[in-house]
Amino acid sequence: MSVKLTSRQVGDVTVIDAAGRITLGEGASAFRDMIRDLAAKGNKKLLLNLGEVSYIDSSGIGEMVSGFTTVTNNGGQLKLVGLSKRVKDLLQITKLYTVFEVYDDEADAVRSFH
Amino acid sequence: MEKTHTTLDSTLDSVDKAEDLVMKEAAAAGFDEDEQQQIGMAVRECAVNAVVHGNRYSKNKKVHLDIERSKESLAVTIGDEGAGFDMGSLPDPLAPENLLRQSGRGLLLIRAFMDEFDLHPRPGGGTEVRLVKHLPNR
Repeated sequence: MSVKLTSRQVGDVTVIDAAGRITLGEGASAFRDMIRDLAAKGNKKLLLNLGEVSYIDSSGIGEMVSGFTTVTNNGGQLKLVGLSKRVKDLLQITKLYTVFEVYDDEADAVRSFH
Repeated sequence: MEKTHTTLDSTLDSVDKAEDLVMKEAAAAGFDEDEQQQIGMAVRECAVNAVVHGNRYSKNKKVHLDIERSKESLAVTIGDEGAGFDMGSLPDPLAPENLLRQSGRGLLLIRAFMDEFDLHPRPGGGTEVRLVKHLPNR
């Protein structure tokens, strides 16, 4: 299964719910397109919910970083919520926990934008 | 010792196949689910390198996957038929100035998840990577 992406609004925060695998190919490019599309439409508060993501490879991590840069350069913020232990481990190994703001709880994450 | 050899086309489907094959062998060897996932990811990263950077998706070049399963460990060798590779040319993905680079983290993950990692020229041309994971004493 590749990645399935949907977005919803919680107040002025756009939550992107991702499910499946974010890997080189279809998964990573779908993810890239979604972030760029939301940023281009002026969404500046983006919360990426990875609660249903079973697997991310280095290409998927690269797309997350690229998405972070795109949103930040647009004057916005991209934060993460709902990471599995495996995804948290990947952020530790790659030192990206120093880049991303990570939350366990969606309500806390949404509040952090205000 | 159980040994298998598989020759794969230079496609992203082959990356999935290599990952699946090795994860099945890892399960048969007795690695737990987390370890299987780590081995699978390391193999996936190597296979991506072989298909994308080594063989550059060439229809005329193959990826060579060898799996050796013993009571003590699982060893995986992945070879490509590309132009070769200089590991020293890669920037450090953990350096602060490189943290926001989009690519370059594959070898970091491979090293983190496997006990042994060796990259060398493949006899006959290309690059070969050998990965080993030892079974923990449980």
